[in-house]
Order: sequence, then C-alpha cells, then structure tokens
Amino acid sequence: MVGSDRTNMKVELCGITLDNPIIPASGTFGFGREFAELYDINILGTFSFKGTTGKNRFGNPTPRIAECTEGMINSVGLENPGVDGVINEELPEISKMFNKSVMANVSGFSLEEYVEVAGRLALQKQVGWIELNISCPNVHRGGMAFGTDPKEAARVTGAVKKALEAQSSDGGNKPLIVKLSPNVTDISEIAVACEIAGADGLTLINTVQGMRIDLKTGRPVIANKIGGFSGPAILPIALGMVYRTYEKVKIPIVGCGGVSCPEDVLEMMMAGATGVQVGAANLVNPWICQEIIEALPSQMKKYGIENLRDIIGGAH
Amino acid sequence: MKNRKAEIISNRQIAENTYEMILSHDGTELKPGQFINIKLEGFFLRRPISICDWDEKTITIIYKTVGRGTEAMKRYVSGGSIDILLPLGNGYDVSDERIGQKPIVVGGGAGVPPMFGLCRELVARGSKPLVVLGFRSSKEMFYIEKFRELGLEVAVATEDGSYGVKGFVTDVLSDSECTSFFTCGPEGMLKAMDSTMGRGISGWFSFEERMGCGFGACMGCSCETRYGSKRICKEGPVLEREEIIW
Repeated sequence: MVGSDRTNMKVELCGITLDNPIIPASGTFGFGREFAELYDINILGTFSFKGTTGKNRFGNPTPRIAECTEGMINSVGLENPGVDGVINEELPEISKMFNKSVMANVSGFSLEEYVEVAGRLALQKQVGWIELNISCPNVHRGGMAFGTDPKEAARVTGAVKKALEAQSSDGGNKPLIVKLSPNVTDISEIAVACEIAGADGLTLINTVQGMRIDLKTGRPVIANKIGGFSGPAILPIALGMVYRTYEKVKIPIVGCGGVSCPEDVLEMMMAGATGVQVGAANLVNPWICQEIIEALPSQMKKYGIENLRDIIGGAH
Repeated sequence: MKNRKAEIISNRQIAENTYEMILSHDGTELKPGQFINIKLEGFFLRRPISICDWDEKTITIIYKTVGRGTEAMKRYVSGGSIDILLPLGNGYDVSDERIGQKPIVVGGGAGVPPMFGLCRELVARGSKPLVVLGFRSSKEMFYIEKFRELGLEVAVATEDGSYGVKGFVTDVLSDSECTSFFTCGPEGMLKAMDSTMGRGISGWFSFEERMGCGFGACMGCSCETRYGSKRICKEGPVLEREEIIW
C-alpha cells in the first residue's frame, strides 16, 4: 500500500512483497476470523496464524493468563485444531476473508511432527511462509527445547528445509522462517545455526519466560506456574536481540515483541527487522494493526522516510 | 463487537466491597449474561465485567473490589469516561422454549448482577422466576429490593446467617415443580446447583475465567465441554447444563 504520494511502505520478505511490514503475531490473532469482523484484514502485510501441531490440542489448564505492568503472561499451551482441522476448516475460512499469502505457524513435540506439519501446510496454496515455532515456552516437551540449543535448532531447521525442498515440484517449497526464543544466553548463536541449516528468515522474539504469584493464595497465578511474558514491557529486549542478530545473519528478520504503535515499528525496522509483528497489543485493542498501518505514513513523513525498506537496519 | 468511550454517569458503593457503575449506552442490542471489557488507565489487560442491567441510554455494572484494577475503578468519578468493548459473550437466550413457566434464577455474590438483567427480561416475556440469592453476609448484600420491585419472590441465604436463611443457596431452593434454572456464582456453588437440581431439568450456568482478550482471539479462557473446547469469552460465559464437564 502506498500510504500517500510520497511514502512507500512495501517491504520484501523472503521473495514475497508485503504492502506494509505489519504482521499480527501468532497466538494473538487466531485464524483471523474475530478480526475480519472488525476491519478488512487485507490491509495487513500478512498475518501469522495460531501455532499448529500434528493433532488437535486443548492446551494447558486454566488460569492461562496473568496481568503484569505493561504486559501479560500467557500459558495457553498451543491449543489448536491440529493440521487436519487447519487445512480442512480454517484455511477455507481464511480464503473467504484474506486474499494474500498467510504465514503458517508450525509447532511440534518431535522432529517428525515439525516436518510433517510444515510439509503439509507448505503445500496449501494460501500459505506464503512457514514460521517454525521452536520457542514455545508453555509445553514441556518439544517447543522451546528445540530452540534453546544451537544443534537442536539446526537439526529441526535442516530437516524441515529438506522436506520443503523435496516438494518443490508440487509448489510446496515455501520460505522457512524460524521463530526464536529469547530465553537463551545468546540468541544470535541460535540464529546463525538456523541460517546455516537453511532458514530463509527468522522471527525474533517469542515470549520471555516469567510468572506472577497471587498474594491471596500464595500460589502462582497461572496453572502452569511459569508462562510467556509479552506486551510493551518487552520491546527493549526484542529490539536488542534483533539488533544483535542483524549483525550476525544475512537472512531477513521479522521483529516481534512489545510493538504497539507506529513509532515502535520504525524502531524495530531500524534495529534490523524487515517485517514487524504485533502481538499482545491486538488483545487489548483489536483495531491496533489497522491504526498502526493508517498512522505509519504520517510517522514516516515526520522522520523524513520515503521508503520504509530504506530504514531496515538503519541504526547500525 | 464495538469499542466505545462510555461516559460514567454514576459510580457508588452499594454494599461492602461492592460498587455499582452506570455508564452511557448507545442503544446497541444486549442480552442478559453478556459482559463488557473495560480498559483502565495504567493496567494492560482489560477487565471483563458482567452487565447487570441496561436500557436505551444506560448500562449498569456491579463489581467487587478484588484486586488493584477494581480498587482503581472504584475511584472513577461521574463525568469521566472509560473505554469499553461490547457486547461480549453469548449471554442467556430468554426465548428458549425449555425455560418453561417456572424457572428458578440463582445468583451468588459477584454472580448476582447478571441475574438482575436476566430476571427483567424474563418478566418482560411474561415469566415469573423464583429468585434465590446467596451472599457471605448481610453486609455484602445488594439489589434485594430491586429484584422484588420486578414483582418477584426473592429468597436469600447468607453464610453467616445475618440475613435470611443461614447457609447456601442450595439450602433454600428446592427443585419441586421448577421447569428450568439459571445460575451464576462461585464454581463451588455452580457444582452444588448441578448436584441439587433434578437430572431432567434444563439449566444454564454462567462461568468466570481469567481472560486475555475477551473476544475469542487468545484462547486464554478455554474450557473443555462435551461438545469440544469452548472459549468462555466467546461461546460462553453461559454454558448449557448437559455440555459441562465438572
């Protein structure tokens, strides 16, 4: 979308042009339905749908949510309809309200599950990118276990990449973006391992592990005790990690963490992000992505930016 | 669902730790048992609060001060405004034929407010529900007279016996001759209602859960039912008796 005569918000993410860099983050946008009732979601760059596993899952016991200063903790535990449910029910619904490529967020509990789910979703016409979630903090096996060790991260990335390449002739070799966990000593080390293993892009960051305790009961607020912290409070953490990783890798980065206004988008891009995900903010203001997209051109003008893509990594 | 800046018409204490807030309304159609989600200055997540009553121009909510958010809310003064999302949740369907001629409406503590709007709607449809309300003590009691002003018989139980029958709502009610029941309150009370009421009687239960968004996006408040996973904020908060897994 060209916001005005002078401003151009287009960016290119792994060979696909986005009208703007705004991408609702996985887990905060469902499969788009609730938001499509509120505004035309075709204005988005794309959106990343709810993390999908091989089988349908109920997820963790409740309470799953706790409030924090400028943020929240969730421990949903990957509740989702499973890959069959997504292909048979959700994707046909998405095609009715969204005419762009969607980002398919994939999770799993074993290497085989990641390979199977990613492979099947990549064969779907509407799917533009596979976003491999190796960073979910809310499941005990799998999830983050793959994302906190460079060798494991490389192993799952390599296996999925190989499977995607093997279905090239069927149109199933979609770009592979790996979503990384901030709950590590050096995220850029994992990032480099994924790049070498064949990742086409990276999403930084998933939620930061954290907890709250209910003083009345003396027990953790959420049933799973420790969950994933997100919201405006983690923006500086995300910016730092995107900045540091940008210096180590050549593949594009999708910045995620605490973004809730157009100024945050500009900061994230200057740190090194090509696409910018908006997460927890959608839950408080469901129109936030629309508002950010509408306000971006005036913020670009304010800072003398004509082409948004020109500022990617500009802070280095 | 829409987002509004609602004007605060009044905000007053009506019982111990219990406040009634009246907000301006734009006439959006509402159902009893639905809720609004309130953004408070200085707090990240919204506060889901059930709708107690409404007309063309106003919405009444009743809330208990249970944490920092509701403590801040009680200090809001009339003339100010608050940011709300509404209407949320499925609410009670007062046109359901299974309700019959003699429904019982049972509310406990913070679960009493939505039962008022429900009773008003039931009365408007020509039904005369028997009302049973439970409170910890007479100090926390509210709206007894308002229910009676609807022309309804109201039985009250207090845990400390300071008003009405000493004990719980289930010590007051009997399922004889009732055609259906509606209930909202603490989970222990809901469970007790399920075991007290005769098996064949239709019932509707309103549930509470910690929510993220309140409109179905985050899966923060899911619960397992006999018909699969349901979001308390979207397919709830009202669940039918036969689908609930206790």
